Amino acid sequence: MVAIVDYGVGNLFSLECSLNAIGAQVTITADPEILKNADQIILPGVGAFEDAAKKLRSTGLDEVLKALAASGKPLLGICLGMQMLFEKSYEYGEHEGLGLIPGQVVPMAGVIPADYKIPHIGWNGLRFKKSSPLFANIADGDCVYFVHSYYATNCDENVIATAEYGPELTAAVAKNNVFGCQFHPEKSGKVGLAILKAFTELKEGTLC
Amino acid sequence: MITKRIIPCLDVKDGRVVKGVNFGGLQDVSSPVELAKFYSECGADELVFYDITASSDGRKLFTDILVETAKSVFIPLTVGGGINTVADFDRVLKCGADKVSVNSGAIRNPNLVYEAAKLYGDQCVVLSADIKRVDGQFRVFAKGGREDTGMEAIEWIRRCVGNGAGEIVVNSIDTDGVKGGFDLKMLEAVCNAVNVPVIASGGAGKIDDFITLFNALPKVDAGLAASIFHFGEVAIKDLKAEMAKANISTRL
Repeated sequence: MVAIVDYGVGNLFSLECSLNAIGAQVTITADPEILKNADQIILPGVGAFEDAAKKLRSTGLDEVLKALAASGKPLLGICLGMQMLFEKSYEYGEHEGLGLIPGQVVPMAGVIPADYKIPHIGWNGLRFKKSSPLFANIADGDCVYFVHSYYATNCDENVIATAEYGPELTAAVAKNNVFGCQFHPEKSGKVGLAILKAFTELKEGTLC
Repeated sequence: MITKRIIPCLDVKDGRVVKGVNFGGLQDVSSPVELAKFYSECGADELVFYDITASSDGRKLFTDILVETAKSVFIPLTVGGGINTVADFDRVLKCGADKVSVNSGAIRNPNLVYEAAKLYGDQCVVLSADIKRVDGQFRVFAKGGREDTGMEAIEWIRRCVGNGAGEIVVNSIDTDGVKGGFDLKMLEAVCNAVNVPVIASGGAGKIDDFITLFNALPKVDAGLAASIFHFGEVAIKDLKAEMAKANISTRL
């Protein structure tokens, strides 16, 4: 069973549907016991970093997730959920993340060329940087759907894919059993479903 | 490299697609769910569902359709039509829409864009503008293009982007239905005014019209059309193959 962390951030309907479509057993929960018993955990998120980080902390889910990640449970952060995996975000101030992957989340503005639009919205090709079990069923260059204005930096060691938007932006990261996708696999057609499928096949203790 | 998006638009009334469509292999051509699946398989990058229902019963059918589509189609879904309040945003987002397109609702209540963007983020709010030339000026029209609002279009779009509109759909009434190509002059004026994604609509009649659009205006992000896709005049697979040949970045 794969558990989607329900911490009041964003709409989980599409994500749930996409997991159902690949035949995964899904539960949406904020219950630490259910999370402990899940085979994999997905941390979703849409919206502002500060608000999402506060919600994780106020519910105590931050410590639960850190403990489960340390125990080897496969964890996948999506979009803002991926950004939450890092140490810090500089979205409207300076906010602490879960610190599961070294690096910071910073604005794209000023980094990408002036004539590139923000947010980065649309389908962009993945450039593989490292092999990863997450990419078992997809190919280098496959397109996925992005919607974001901030991106993760200083995390080269854990970057498994980038997408070119002026510079190469962090598109996916992995550290041991912790994974993150800046893009939305649940909105990325067959390629996205293949990524989710690969994730739901990971076993506890799988190392990348 | 980010790809240029191709977006079919489906008009839905009382839960059915309006205008008969003619596709081999589709059993129920007026089922939005079946059509959405078909387009998704063909390589459509996004789908727009436009609700032209007037009754509340029809609205309910529309949201049921949306839920069914979201269960089986995993590309971005944009919903438009009948969006007048933040509650309307909420209603369609809960049913699986990723973005919500506002038109007359934003004209009636200029705060709508701001309120929705604050709640759901800029990326969620699409401003759709029906524009027509009047006395040498680009003018915004309301009520499905029937009513001249008297507002200058570029200024209106700029204001909405300032309020949080994350994408703009430019529907040229002047070229709509003519099938003589997109309204490049109008689109250029919009692209020069704002730095959010611009979606071209109105006027596409053949594959070359899309090639001309993306070559002439690199700042245009997407091309939207309805009947030419529904009637099979342009197959999305062929269109994308031609775009790739012309070195226009596309998702194949």
